[in-house]
Amino acid sequence: MERHVDHELKDLNKDILKMGVFAEEAIYKSIEALKNRDKEMAKSVVENDNNVDSLELAIDEKCIDLIARYQPMAKDLRFITTGMKINAELERIADIAVDIAQRTLELVDKPLLKPLIDIPKLTVIAQNMIKMAIDSFVNGDIGLAKKVLLSDPEADQLRNLIQKELIEDYMVKDGSTAPRAVQLLLIARFLERICDHTTNIAEDVIYMVQAEVIKHHPEKLKNGK
Amino acid sequence: MSKIITKNLNLWYGDFHALKNVNSSFALNKITAIIGPSGCGKSTLLRVFNRMNDLIEGVRIQGEVLIDEENIINSHVDLVTLRKKVGMVFQRPNPFPLSIYENIVFGEKIHGDGAGRDRLDEIVEQSLKSVLLWDDLRDKLDKPALRLSLEQKQRLCIARLIAVKPDVLLMDEPCSTLDPQATARIEELMRELKNNYTIIIVTHNMQQAARVSDDTGFMLLGELIEFGKTEDIFTKPKDKRTEDYITGRYG
Repeated sequence: MERHVDHELKDLNKDILKMGVFAEEAIYKSIEALKNRDKEMAKSVVENDNNVDSLELAIDEKCIDLIARYQPMAKDLRFITTGMKINAELERIADIAVDIAQRTLELVDKPLLKPLIDIPKLTVIAQNMIKMAIDSFVNGDIGLAKKVLLSDPEADQLRNLIQKELIEDYMVKDGSTAPRAVQLLLIARFLERICDHTTNIAEDVIYMVQAEVIKHHPEKLKNGK
Repeated sequence: MSKIITKNLNLWYGDFHALKNVNSSFALNKITAIIGPSGCGKSTLLRVFNRMNDLIEGVRIQGEVLIDEENIINSHVDLVTLRKKVGMVFQRPNPFPLSIYENIVFGEKIHGDGAGRDRLDEIVEQSLKSVLLWDDLRDKLDKPALRLSLEQKQRLCIARLIAVKPDVLLMDEPCSTLDPQATARIEELMRELKNNYTIIIVTHNMQQAARVSDDTGFMLLGELIEFGKTEDIFTKPKDKRTEDYITGRYG
């Protein structure tokens, strides 16, 4: 039986998907701007953040409205409350993309410190994690949510590798590289933080689908629950 | 600690199997809500607890219903004593066409041992205080109970039960005729009363069950499908039929 609230829940699902697309696009553009030393593209990420913020507010309002009007229970309630949390995570991800764009604006006028290899790799991991996290929410797919959680160590390792290389091969050997190396260090750190936000989304999706809290209980994932 | 336990409880109205193997446990001094679509057996289950179904022709019961470990599905059980111990509040408040005072002392006059006027006055005051009506009605005790507002009538019916010192209060849709404000006040009263009584409420109003109860049971077609803590039933029910019902996908 199709209920009236089902249409509204589908709309909410679409809006969160749109929020995910915004966040993913912001990351993509901020790193493309860094790779191509494209000032205009970096600026566009900063400017587009207003749209992300507006959509975040609209989604929050919609969720509160749904709770007030329908007093949802069980999986409807879990879907809406999870939607609110994911909305906040995606907004944070888009904010971090703005941070990356701002670091990029600092770097574009300076000589390239080194060819960018690992940062784009980390970006691909982060983008995949966002995509999987959003798809896991939209389709209620726990398997995909678990894949997100299992991808996080790879992101951590790559971030550590980038950090080690920048410190040992550049900052220690030649102090004059520090201003640029620090910006790249920060960007690697931002990308890794994005991956952490996607794992929060994945944990929320698992709660939404099977009503089980795995947040702060990594052993539950290891046990295959 | 359980106040009421049912074991393999079956009930038939003639050929109609209205309760099917109901196994349940109702906690002492807690509010338990029974929810489910019309005709699922929730009111029938409620009426088993004070043997109200005995009044219906063709009823047959099997299994055990233990209240304080005594099986009340037993022909030796004294029904007057049982109904004093297990009182019932109905959908429509049903005060007797008597004064407020006489409504409250009615039970005491039947069950009691000829208490004097002072004792009856005390019972009236205590009972009305426990349903928060004393301040409003203390000067109108001789007025007809039928002139009270719907909410006051329902409170009076609860006071009338309390006057005979029951252990269990059964409530069958007690707020369905009340407006939202009166409903909220009766729910507040239920929370106060659960300190001293075990309350079982049957309701169609899911939000009310979620707000007011500690435990919730979901019934469907005579079966108790799921029983558990209210917060679990309304956020993470285990059975799909429960989930479909409480999210409005069923019935």
